[in-house]
Amino acid sequence: MTTAATRREEATRAAVEKAITHGGPKLGSLAFRLLLLALLVMSFVILAALLADIASSAWPTFAERGPSFVMNGLSLNPATAGVWTGIVGSLIIAFIVAILAFPVGVAAAIYLEEYAPDNRRTRFVDTTVRNLAGVPSIVYGLLGLAIFVPVVRGIGLGGSTGGKNVIAAGITMAALVLPIVIITSAEAIRSVPNSIRDAGYGVGATQWEVISSHVLPSALPGILTGTVLTLARAFGETAPLLVIGVATGFFSPAGDATLLDQLTGPYTALPVVVFSWSRQTQAAFADTLAPAAIVVLLTVLFALNGFAIWLRNRTEGRW
Amino acid sequence: MADRIGTTVDSVDHTRPETLEDASPSLAATRSPRVTGGTPSDEHAVILELSDVNAYYGDFHAVDSVSLPIREKEVTAFIGPSGCGKSTVIRSINRMNDLIPTARIEGAITYHGVDLYAPGVDPVEVRRRIGMVFQKPNPFPKSIYDNVAFGPKISKYSGDMDELVERSLTRAALWDEVKDKLSDSAYALSGGQQQRLCIARAIATSPDVLLMDEPASALDPIATLRIEELMYELKQEYTIVIVTHNMQQAARVSDRTAFFSVDVKEGQRTGRLVEFADTATIFTNPQHDETEDYITGRFG
Repeated sequence: MTTAATRREEATRAAVEKAITHGGPKLGSLAFRLLLLALLVMSFVILAALLADIASSAWPTFAERGPSFVMNGLSLNPATAGVWTGIVGSLIIAFIVAILAFPVGVAAAIYLEEYAPDNRRTRFVDTTVRNLAGVPSIVYGLLGLAIFVPVVRGIGLGGSTGGKNVIAAGITMAALVLPIVIITSAEAIRSVPNSIRDAGYGVGATQWEVISSHVLPSALPGILTGTVLTLARAFGETAPLLVIGVATGFFSPAGDATLLDQLTGPYTALPVVVFSWSRQTQAAFADTLAPAAIVVLLTVLFALNGFAIWLRNRTEGRW
Repeated sequence: MADRIGTTVDSVDHTRPETLEDASPSLAATRSPRVTGGTPSDEHAVILELSDVNAYYGDFHAVDSVSLPIREKEVTAFIGPSGCGKSTVIRSINRMNDLIPTARIEGAITYHGVDLYAPGVDPVEVRRRIGMVFQKPNPFPKSIYDNVAFGPKISKYSGDMDELVERSLTRAALWDEVKDKLSDSAYALSGGQQQRLCIARAIATSPDVLLMDEPASALDPIATLRIEELMYELKQEYTIVIVTHNMQQAARVSDRTAFFSVDVKEGQRTGRLVEFADTATIFTNPQHDETEDYITGRFG
C-alpha cells in the first residue's frame, strides 16, 4: 500500500520535473540575444571611432594653442584663429530661444492639455504641432528669411546686416524648437495624475490655482528636461542659420562698436564655424581646427545634457 | 472634571463610540449586519435636497431620477452594487462632475434652498462649502502642513494658519502622529494616515458638508475603523454623505441610508434610487425585496 503510494508520488515528481525542466539553453533565444548585443556594440564602435578620429585630429590644436583656441576670435591666420566668436553667437541664440520658446511653449502646452475642449479642432492643432516638430530645419531657415529677417529690420534692429543678424537667428531657432517644447511640456502635464487635480478642485481651488499650485510643480521636471534638451538642439543646428545669412566668412567688429551694433551686426555660431572651416582651402583649417571646434561644440552639448539630467533629478527628488 | 470639558474639545481624547471588536465585521455580522447607526429624529433641518436628479455621460443615461433629502449633522450613506450611480450622484452634489467634459446633470440639487445648478452659480464657491474626500487617498505632493494649509490659503484665510492646521489635524485624529514632522512629505505617511490627512485638508476650509466617496475602500480594517470613528466625531459639526460598498460600514456609521440599484436595458446600465430611509429601517425592515436581497447578500 505504502509502496504504491510512494511509487505514485515518484512518478508525479518525475513527470513534473520533465515538464518544467529543459535540456539546456535554447538556441533561438541565445542567437537573438547575441544579435542584439552585436548591434549595440556596432553602434557604440561607430560612435567611438568617430569621437576618437575627431579627438586625435583635434589634439595638436589644443596641445599647441591651449585656451587661446577657445578664447580667440575668428581669423584668417590658422595660427591665431579661435572659436570664441562662434561660442558667443551660439550662446546669444540659445538665450533668445530660452526666453522665447520656453514661456510660449509651456503656455501653449497648458492650454492644449488643461483648457482646450477635446474636440476635432484641438486634435487637429495637436497633430499639426507634432508634424511641425518633424519639419526639416532648413524649412525653418526659409521661414526665418521670409518673415523674421524683414520683421527684425522693420522694427529697427536691422543694423548693418539688414536684419540678417543674431536676433533673427534666435527667433528662427525659437520657432524651430517651439513644437518640441510644446510636445514635451504637454506630455509632462498629461502625466500628472488626475487625482491631484481632483484634490485641488475638492478644496475649492479655481482651475488656475490647481494648475499653478499643483499641476505645473508636478510637471516641472519633465518640462525643464525637455526644454534644456531643445536648447541643445538649437545650439547644434546649422542649416537654418546658413539660409538666414549667418556670416561664414571672417569678420571682426570695429573697436568702437556699441552693444547694439554688435548684436545687429554680422555674427556666426559654433556649428557654422565648423562648417566653414571644413571647407577652407588652407589645410590647417580643415585638418586640425575644424575637429577642435567640433570637440568644443560636443563639450558644450554634453554639458547641456548633463545639466538637464541634474535638473530633473534635483526637481524630482524634492518629494 | 466639569471645568475640563471646555478645554478638551480640541484634544484627541475622544470617547470612542465603538471598540474594534464591536465594529469589525464578524461572521455573524456578515450575514445580518449589526446596526449601530441611529434611528434619527427629524429635528435636523434639510440642508441638501436632490429633486429628480438625472445624470448623463454623453448619450449614456447613468442615473435616473433620484430624489432625496440630506439633513444636517447626520451621516447619510449611499449603498448599492457597482455601477449603480452612487458615485455619480455624490460627485454631482459639489459639482465635481463638471470636470468630466461629457457629464450633464438634469433636475435640481438645492443647498439651503439654492439650486446649485442655477446659472451664475460658481462651482468653486460650491466646493468651498461642500468638501470632498476621495476613494484613493490623494494628498498633494507637498508637505503635511502645506496639504492642510492649501485650502485656507486660496480662500484667503486671515487667522493664525499654524493654529488652523493643528486644529484640522487634531479633528482628523492625526495631529499626535504628525506633529513632529509637519514639513515632511505627505507621501511618507501610511495609506490610512494619508486618508485622514485628506479629511483634515477637507475640513480646514470649514465646509458645511463633507462628501466621502468610498473613503475607506483602499484601507486596511484598522485604518477603516479609525476613519469610521472619525466620521462619528465629525458629524457633531458637519453633514456627511458617504458612498460605500461595505454594508457593515453603512450600518455602523450612518443615520440614514439610500439604496441604489441598477437597471440594464438595451445594453445601458442606468442607476436608480430604490429605497431611502433611516439606517435601522433599511437594515432591519426594508420595504423593497431588492433592498432585502442586497443587504442579506443574495444579490450584488
